[in-house]
Amino acid sequence: MEFILNPWPWYISGPLIAFVMAILLYFGKTFGMSSSLKTMCSALGANKISDFFKFNWKDQRWNLTIVLGAIIGGFIASQYLSNDIPTDLNPTTITELQQMGFENPGATLVPNEIFSLESLTSIKPIILLIIGGLLVGFGTRYASGCTSGHAITGLSSLQKQSLIAVIGFFIGGLIMTNFILPLIFKT
Amino acid sequence: MKYLKFLLVGIFFGIVLVKSEAVSWFRIYEMFRFQSFHMYGIIGTAIATGLLFLQISKRKHLKNIIGEQIDAPKKEEGFIRFIVGGSIFGLGWALIGACPGPMYILLGTGIYSMIIVIIAALLGTFIYGILKSKLPH
Repeated sequence: MEFILNPWPWYISGPLIAFVMAILLYFGKTFGMSSSLKTMCSALGANKISDFFKFNWKDQRWNLTIVLGAIIGGFIASQYLSNDIPTDLNPTTITELQQMGFENPGATLVPNEIFSLESLTSIKPIILLIIGGLLVGFGTRYASGCTSGHAITGLSSLQKQSLIAVIGFFIGGLIMTNFILPLIFKT
Repeated sequence: MKYLKFLLVGIFFGIVLVKSEAVSWFRIYEMFRFQSFHMYGIIGTAIATGLLFLQISKRKHLKNIIGEQIDAPKKEEGFIRFIVGGSIFGLGWALIGACPGPMYILLGTGIYSMIIVIIAALLGTFIYGILKSKLPH
């Protein structure tokens, strides 16, 4: 059981993610998590406002079912398949984050300084969560895909557009992590 | 229960992403600081395995359950949408440490503030839908 409870190595995890893509293609569907956001917008009534959301969202219920499954999977993994071993981060990463004011880098999946419910009593974490969500929602639809659709499916099928999108992911990610986060968490 | 298989795929996906630590904000930070191979290993082996699967499918003419040739969907043409849209997503990914899949998965692990992120992401998707015709693609 130990090898299940410990974090899984990258060379096991990567192929398992590819298996998710493969099984969805076998079922005649695609691996694209950000599409679920578009489907939910349509289901919530955005189809009455913009043509972009005018499609039969009920055809996409399979995708919403995956979302539900993913939530359940997160619950099962954290409740029953995990021990409390902290994430084995690079010591340099830990020092850097501590200098930025993060108390226990790697002890949890996400930093309490941004995500804990206590943090939601101050305005800064809430603004960060909202801006982050807006960027992810807007950016994935503009680029018509996220990590699953472009980085995994698109690059596996050698599509140039996905390579451009993934280069974009890194331009944005590198700017945020290396230049903007240090400004936001200046101590 | 034609949806049961998708529920199971979702559960499997959620478990794999938690156990691989791909949902960890700290792992994403570390990746964009080039301080660990972990995330590159995950994405790299996922692409390599996916590539192998799609090449075999093509050569052996493997069919999906509705009898069509297995192939990845073709992306739209364009350049600006991919580089600009991708960069905008990248900014958000590095800020909240979660792409769309992990947003849901983390909610399941008990990070309830992800609800705020998901609502904002829905709003972001909606704003794109409204502005689409005015944006360069």
